[in-house]
Amino acid sequence: MTGLVINIYLVTMMVVVAVLVLRSQRLFAAIVLSGAYSLISAAMFVNLDAVDVAFTEAAVGAGVSTVLLLAAMSRLPKVEKPREVGFIAVASPLLVCLVAGGLLMTAVIALPPFGAADAPAHLHVAPRYLEESLAALHIPNAVTTVLASYRGFDTLGEVIVVFAAGLGVLLMLSGKTRSKKIRDENKPRNKNKKGGGE
Amino acid sequence: MSSNAVYRVTTKLLFAPIIVYGLYVQFHGDYGPGGGFQAGVIIAAAFILYGLVFGMDAVKTLAPPKAISALMAVGVLIYSGVGIAAMLKGGNFLDYNFLDLYNPANGQHLGIILVEFGVGVTVTSVMLGLFYAFVSYGRKNGGVK
Repeated sequence: MTGLVINIYLVTMMVVVAVLVLRSQRLFAAIVLSGAYSLISAAMFVNLDAVDVAFTEAAVGAGVSTVLLLAAMSRLPKVEKPREVGFIAVASPLLVCLVAGGLLMTAVIALPPFGAADAPAHLHVAPRYLEESLAALHIPNAVTTVLASYRGFDTLGEVIVVFAAGLGVLLMLSGKTRSKKIRDENKPRNKNKKGGGE
Repeated sequence: MSSNAVYRVTTKLLFAPIIVYGLYVQFHGDYGPGGGFQAGVIIAAAFILYGLVFGMDAVKTLAPPKAISALMAVGVLIYSGVGIAAMLKGGNFLDYNFLDLYNPANGQHLGIILVEFGVGVTVTSVMLGLFYAFVSYGRKNGGVK
């Protein structure tokens, strides 16, 4: 019961913050509010007993990504330019949201109750993981054993995705391209000297 | 560098505890919530805080961008290296049981700790690398004022 009250409170807060983000014209306010949104959702994950996810959400969503957005903001105008929006520009995203939201809500009705022990997700491999992980591996935290041992390949893939994403962003933002080198090579050489250092 | 004494003193006080907490989350992941992903972000956040307060030059001396780019790959190599070590010992790729042939549970422990360490290294350096890239983009010398 208490959990339900807390959840209702947190979801209300999230909706309020989301509306504030949409309404605010100042980028700084929007970024800080989206950090607050992440923090609230982290609190909700704690309430749902997903502490590991809450950890990540608080550190990435509220911490690092806010800083990255602020760094990006420093190159943009501080205030959003007010613009005229037509009826179709408002109505079509609203229609998409309503249809998608309606479909998701009908799917929610068919879900098993929250925390039900006989939910399909808890009957497949989860019982074996929970029973085995302490007895066979001597590691109390089943989340870690599933993540690093049972699903080691998945996690390796995740790490490679993080690595590739970081590499891609670094390559895009570092400004180092081959185009200058190629241009220099194609340019007819005026000087005989080469490699003297620029 | 921030001229505000409150920021500077608070950062100096918090910097080491944040990193210690990150290491706790990293290596206590077997027993409590946490693991490489979370620890990586927490440690990166400590460096980002340092950079925001003391300036980009200071944090780049502390964690050189070249080393950070290298560490991005090192983490992935540690992870896959554990897998290959298991293969060399006669098991399948990432089969930690074979890391300790006499006591498979110890092998699992070792494997999980090493793999999580690899995850932590990659996540820390990718987060820091992103921070460097975002802040110094389009600036000649790069840096927060």
